[in-house]
Amino acid sequence: MRELSFIRAENEAVYEEMERDPSIFVIGENVRTFGTEAIFSRLLQKFGPERVRDTAISEQAILGATIGSAATGMRPIAALGIDDFLGVCGDELLNQLQMRYMFGGKIKLPLTITTNCGAGRGLAAQHSKSLYGWLMAIKGLKIVAPSTAYDAKGLLKSAIREDNPVVFLTHTALGRSTSQIPDEEYTIPLGKADIKREGKDVTVVTLANMVHIALATAAKLQERGISIEIIDPRTVVPLDKQAILDSVRKTGRLVILTEEPITGSFAAEVAAIVAEEAFDFLDAPIKRVCAPDTPVPFSPALEKFWLPDEARLIKAIDDIM
Amino acid sequence: MEIAGPRLIDMFKTMVRIRTFEERVSKEFGAGKLPGIVHLYIGEEAVATGACANLRSDDYITSTHRGHGHLIAKGGKTDRMMAELYGKKTGYCDGKGGSMHIADPDIGILGANGIVGAGIAIAGGAGLSAKMRGTDSVAVCFFGDGASGTCRFHEGVNMASHWKLPVIYVIENNQYAISTRSREVRNIDNLADRSAAYGIPGVTVDGNDVVAVYEAVGEAVARARRGQGPSIVECLTYRWHGHTEGDPQTYKPKDEMEEWLKKDPILIFRKRLAELGVLAEHEADKIQQGMLDELERAVKFAEESPFPAPEETLNNVFA
Repeated sequence: MRELSFIRAENEAVYEEMERDPSIFVIGENVRTFGTEAIFSRLLQKFGPERVRDTAISEQAILGATIGSAATGMRPIAALGIDDFLGVCGDELLNQLQMRYMFGGKIKLPLTITTNCGAGRGLAAQHSKSLYGWLMAIKGLKIVAPSTAYDAKGLLKSAIREDNPVVFLTHTALGRSTSQIPDEEYTIPLGKADIKREGKDVTVVTLANMVHIALATAAKLQERGISIEIIDPRTVVPLDKQAILDSVRKTGRLVILTEEPITGSFAAEVAAIVAEEAFDFLDAPIKRVCAPDTPVPFSPALEKFWLPDEARLIKAIDDIM
Repeated sequence: MEIAGPRLIDMFKTMVRIRTFEERVSKEFGAGKLPGIVHLYIGEEAVATGACANLRSDDYITSTHRGHGHLIAKGGKTDRMMAELYGKKTGYCDGKGGSMHIADPDIGILGANGIVGAGIAIAGGAGLSAKMRGTDSVAVCFFGDGASGTCRFHEGVNMASHWKLPVIYVIENNQYAISTRSREVRNIDNLADRSAAYGIPGVTVDGNDVVAVYEAVGEAVARARRGQGPSIVECLTYRWHGHTEGDPQTYKPKDEMEEWLKKDPILIFRKRLAELGVLAEHEADKIQQGMLDELERAVKFAEESPFPAPEETLNNVFA
């Protein structure tokens, strides 16, 4: 066991998979030139320039070439910077990733997209999104959003091995967070939620950095005699619906906490699923604790207001107890 | 370049097969038998034929919304293509794709594509893959004058040029992007001149001369196989039918249409083959009749094939 940072754990995942499978290569902007803490560090030295490819700023060509090479025998990893930039290759995501379905299942696209997400560092409206909701609308795409270094390594290995398009989101607030990482190889399957904290009064479904907000809040609430159960889906698509429904059947109350504007959010989708499939078990309305329906503001005073926090989570829970 | 008789006859057959297929599709579409829309390749047969005559089954092509010609030239079968247009289970895509998404990855057909320019980036990926796997396969990327103005053209050709990817960009300049005269929405004359911006070879040829297309693409393919990177071959041609079938083409001047109809690539080639003594007129007639028979069988196959079961809507999203 060793304590590793989130980014270092991701780097180990990519390194191990590239060692094991020569059809894997990395393609994107600045993949060769990051420092020691980066997800793609060490790769150029170990695997050489053929398998670690820097490109011009050209997201359409990058993701298009990723799709074309995945359809013809390779297993590419496309480094697409920050998820705000995914709009630049919107067609590749929205229309070209549908290739397997449109071709009647005649090809597979074993590709991974790695990208950063998240607000809280004053990077303003074009560098701060967490696009869980928008990405869910893309059919044929799996979505992974881990909250710990341990989860990140296991899930990234699975994402790379997955024979389908996967977008792997690294929240920038988590980069230096650490976990104990086993020495032996391990993977975590996509579509399996993790109960980050067991509880009996309220189910809190939450993702990425918000998991840690929920954990900090749990301690405070415990002092007041409220026990929250924290479900971390870890993958948005495929979603571990069963884990969420089982928890709500136990607690009877649901709050969804995510760092995304509330409308059209992943939180909204979870709320709809639970309202449809566990209505009889609910003792209170479902609450979504999300950001407001605005772009991300720059000023720290405003960004703080924009981000969901412990106080907003506590208020939502108080409202339904 | 001296081209062997059998190769010339094959090219003639392919052009006739494409023309016969498209004319039959036009007929069935007009009779209301086909769901959706079709974009017909009539008039442009020499481009797909001349280009693909240089290719092996392990070479790749990416195609466009106007893809039936490319698919047939690369080895697509008319019965399975027709069945796909009818939305039947026996179609190339099990009825899941339709005209704009027909594909046969087994023979390197990476799909027709409904988004203008999308194939440009995908072809780069196929070329990259071929190169990384140590093969000498190439990717021919078909697209039109319209697509040459997109971001993807710039990004894709830039990428292929600096990595020397084995991609041949065949620009089918039929001079119209739907109803817009493409010369009016750009500043330069020849699209192939854009090759200078990427430091790669670029040439413009008569797209209605199948031999000219064959030779120009052949040189580009040979360069690509030798590891010398991508090229642009611009082929000047004209589409006879509308953007989509049924489009009355009121935006085209009548005399322009008549000029181009006189330059029928199939009639021109048929006459040349007769003059060369390669294919007598009566043998050409036999070939054309044979294609009509083939299409009769293809339509029958499509009509008699079942639709996919409704539940098939849900399958093959993921592997």
